Amino acid sequence: MKRIHIIGILVIAVAIAIIMSTASDASVYVPFNEAKARAQEGDNTKVHVVGRLKKDAKGHIVGMKYDPVLDPNYFSFVLVDTNRVEQQVVYYSPKPQDFDRSEQVVITGNMQGATFVADKILLKCPSKYTENEVKVETASL
Amino acid sequence: MVNTLIGDLGHYSVILAFVAALVSSLAYFFSTNAAELSAEHASWRKLARGAFYVHVLAVLGIVFCLFNIIYEHRYEYHYAWSHSSNHLPVHYMISCFWEGQEGSFLLWIFWHALLGLVLIRFGKKWEGPVMAVFSFVQLFLTSMILGVVIGDLKIGSSPFILMRDFMTEAPVFQMDPNFVPKDGTGLNPLLQNYWMVIHPPVLFLGFAATLVPFAFAMAGLWRKDFSSWTKPALPWALFAAVVLGIGIMMGAYWAYETLNFGGYWNWDPVENAVYIPWLVLVGAIHTLLAYRKSRTALRATFILFITSFLLVLYATFLTRSGILGNASVHSFTDLGLSGQLFTYLAAFLVLSIGLLMYRWKKIPATDKEIATYSGEFWVFIGAAVLCLGAFQVLFTTSIPVYNSFMGFIGVKTNVALPADQIQHYTNAQLWLGVAIAILSGTGQLLWWRKQNAGEKLSQVFMLPLMLTFLFTSLILLLGKLGVLDRIDTPKYIVLLITALYAIFSNLSIVFGVLRKRVSIAGGAVAHIGVALMLLGILFSAGYSNIISKNMSGMVYAREFGDEINRDNVLLWRNAPTDMGPYTVTYKGQYLEVEGLPEYVNKQQLFRIADEFKAIARGPLKDGDKVVYTAGDTVNIYPENTYYQVEYKNRETKEAFLLYPRAQVNPEMGLLASPDIKMFGTKDLYTHVSTIPDPEEEKEWSELKEYKVKMGDTIFVNDYVAVLHGIEPAKDTLLLNLGPNDVAVQADMQVLGEKRTYHAHPIYAIRDKMVGRVPEEIEDLGLRIMLMNIDPENGEFTIGVNTTQKDYIILKAMEKPFISILWIGTLVMSLGFVMAIVRHYKDGKNNPVSTLTGKGAAVKREKQLV
Repeated sequence: MKRIHIIGILVIAVAIAIIMSTASDASVYVPFNEAKARAQEGDNTKVHVVGRLKKDAKGHIVGMKYDPVLDPNYFSFVLVDTNRVEQQVVYYSPKPQDFDRSEQVVITGNMQGATFVADKILLKCPSKYTENEVKVETASL
Repeated sequence: MVNTLIGDLGHYSVILAFVAALVSSLAYFFSTNAAELSAEHASWRKLARGAFYVHVLAVLGIVFCLFNIIYEHRYEYHYAWSHSSNHLPVHYMISCFWEGQEGSFLLWIFWHALLGLVLIRFGKKWEGPVMAVFSFVQLFLTSMILGVVIGDLKIGSSPFILMRDFMTEAPVFQMDPNFVPKDGTGLNPLLQNYWMVIHPPVLFLGFAATLVPFAFAMAGLWRKDFSSWTKPALPWALFAAVVLGIGIMMGAYWAYETLNFGGYWNWDPVENAVYIPWLVLVGAIHTLLAYRKSRTALRATFILFITSFLLVLYATFLTRSGILGNASVHSFTDLGLSGQLFTYLAAFLVLSIGLLMYRWKKIPATDKEIATYSGEFWVFIGAAVLCLGAFQVLFTTSIPVYNSFMGFIGVKTNVALPADQIQHYTNAQLWLGVAIAILSGTGQLLWWRKQNAGEKLSQVFMLPLMLTFLFTSLILLLGKLGVLDRIDTPKYIVLLITALYAIFSNLSIVFGVLRKRVSIAGGAVAHIGVALMLLGILFSAGYSNIISKNMSGMVYAREFGDEINRDNVLLWRNAPTDMGPYTVTYKGQYLEVEGLPEYVNKQQLFRIADEFKAIARGPLKDGDKVVYTAGDTVNIYPENTYYQVEYKNRETKEAFLLYPRAQVNPEMGLLASPDIKMFGTKDLYTHVSTIPDPEEEKEWSELKEYKVKMGDTIFVNDYVAVLHGIEPAKDTLLLNLGPNDVAVQADMQVLGEKRTYHAHPIYAIRDKMVGRVPEEIEDLGLRIMLMNIDPENGEFTIGVNTTQKDYIILKAMEKPFISILWIGTLVMSLGFVMAIVRHYKDGKNNPVSTLTGKGAAVKREKQLV
């Protein structure tokens, strides 16, 4: 066997190891029910949950708590996942400023007791590109 | 007036550029396949060149038209409307140009066009096949901005589309097709940074330059001239690698300075998409060098150059097709071009790999074994390691693609990117760094060993290893003594040792073997740069230290113990708080004023209806020079507020001011950018995390009235206030007083914790009506009004409202030795440039003339070529 073949085998072995490590590190998108089931089974791996903020009939967000004067590193809100299951979420960081405007929220974290502790929040806000509105300013004409 | 001329001109230029690229690529194709020196060859080449010149002119025409649309604020065009605005300074208009996808494609096309001209001029016998590939790529790229719709098929997205054609549904345009918006929606504020003016052109030049070695490799396969293309391709490959590398690091520096994720690298898919082809390109350069020295690894060289270009196309596909969706924080505009982008990628994938497989058997390969102690062997291993590193990032970054693909064939999958991406990537990439450091040191020592004939292996390695041992011990010892960061994590110690080894082994080459001819030391210098970068990353990322720990003791809920994050601190205005070694005070909000180098306190500016203008309430100075006097109207940049934060070191008493910036953007929420104080050994990085929502009306307490006489003292919101007197009002500019009107103001003093404030609430009678102008002291959360004057009793009524005091929530961290990372980047770039100069000269001089003039080291190299 030539040396180049040994190198080739080693490279393939490392590549397989890389694939395995990615597969084991990769997270999943799940609804809250499954996140709860995982936590009950003692599985603490972090998952992604996609949802929307809970809103009342008037479109106001409900169940959101952030009082920076008391604790700037505590933000809690209620997220409704794609199966319409509500869940209280706690995020130990300041509240993202554009949070109220977000259309869709993706959180990463796991269930701890009755709350979902998120360590990452990704907001999908209505982008300015999709906004087909032109302001007509008559005042400056 | 809707100016359709400039857009039509632009649009026709795109079509012309597209057609000319088609003609040029076909003509170059036929000229390459015709016999050399034949009349047919020459005439095809003449046509091809002419077509390419037309193409270049058309591209310049497109650039001119698009820039004109932005520069002249032609908001009838969607591109100007959505990327620019009236108040944008000229240098940021350049950034508008490439903020949109169409513009960035155009930038890429522009660089290809210029590089094409250089290749026509200097390509010699390679002109035909190389330019055929170039023109073919240009054909695809120009199709991306073509904006032609045939039936249901949309080919490209034109930057010259009119608003009324873009928003056919909008009622404004149905009523009046000639309506022109008065202002644009503006440039993304995160891109309003000087790095964003220079970073994209550099990055796209890097992208464009990657095409050159690929085109040479294709040309070599096509012409069955498998070897000689490597000579002109080498300096080009080095050029591509250095430009792309600088572009990546510029992007990292921009992220460090503008974004607030606390670092320069976030393993975001957008960053990864450029990092992957760069690693492979550097790998390709290494196998190419190995081939040029000892005729090995030619096939690998072909594979790697082809792969690096395909990865650039894949990066384009990833970042522009919208396939990343939820996976990235970057907002991608999905122009609906994913099909077209995929076609582009697939076409080059099939063509290049097909050609390689077709010629595979004919590519010369050696059967001889490479000796383990030869430099080439280690260089080859290094290239393999680089590719594995690239593969690790590629495989994970592509997770969203797997989901899309499975969805495409009808299987629903829910795989997500790793929850902790940073950890996932750094766990693997740290070992890539370690391997690169070991291999670059060892490979270089062995590579140059032959120059010092007779030197034993042990002699070569002795000195670098001793120095490595010495300095590692020193750094660890200094860490124990508390002078440096204490390094006690095993994997960090390994990285430290290997990086130092790489530095000292390459230094020994620079000082030993290459002392006589510095010009060939490019490789050693570049490797020192890489090793320095590794050290900078090790310290700044591994030992980043958050100093803004919330020590107030007040927490919402203790349900999860003390392990939770408390990395942000609330700072009341003017209330000093201890943070790490500093006492930190938030002192107020500042604005940028045109003509003044320093920020101006908002309290010195009276804001008027036009938000881009304000009236100075007192003299505004630049040092001692008064630039504006009270009452002057000044131009301001109202979007960004700068929060003045004073740091005072409790031990050294040294004090400095930082101005972290925040902007509440209607589309994007709070955009906070850090301010960074650089020390010799570390950076202090500070940004605001949250501010009170400026949109929210301040909640004032109920008005409290006090009846006072001259000289009386009252207590307002726990502060002592004294009424000193009544005087004619000074600040009456805005009241538009007539000759019969009067205005007076109270002269009041309020004693705050830190300083004394003067308040001058105004009481005016205009047209027999009473008007009152309150004075607000934001620092104290007070609003004071002169309610009434009772001259008979000498009594004045003062009204006071109070509100919550102003605050910011701040995050601050120390990043030790981050400067080593930037220095390493510069050293690496310098090494690349030295290598380019050297290999360019080697390529230009014919071998015979170099043999006579230069040293033996070169002679051996030359004979091999």
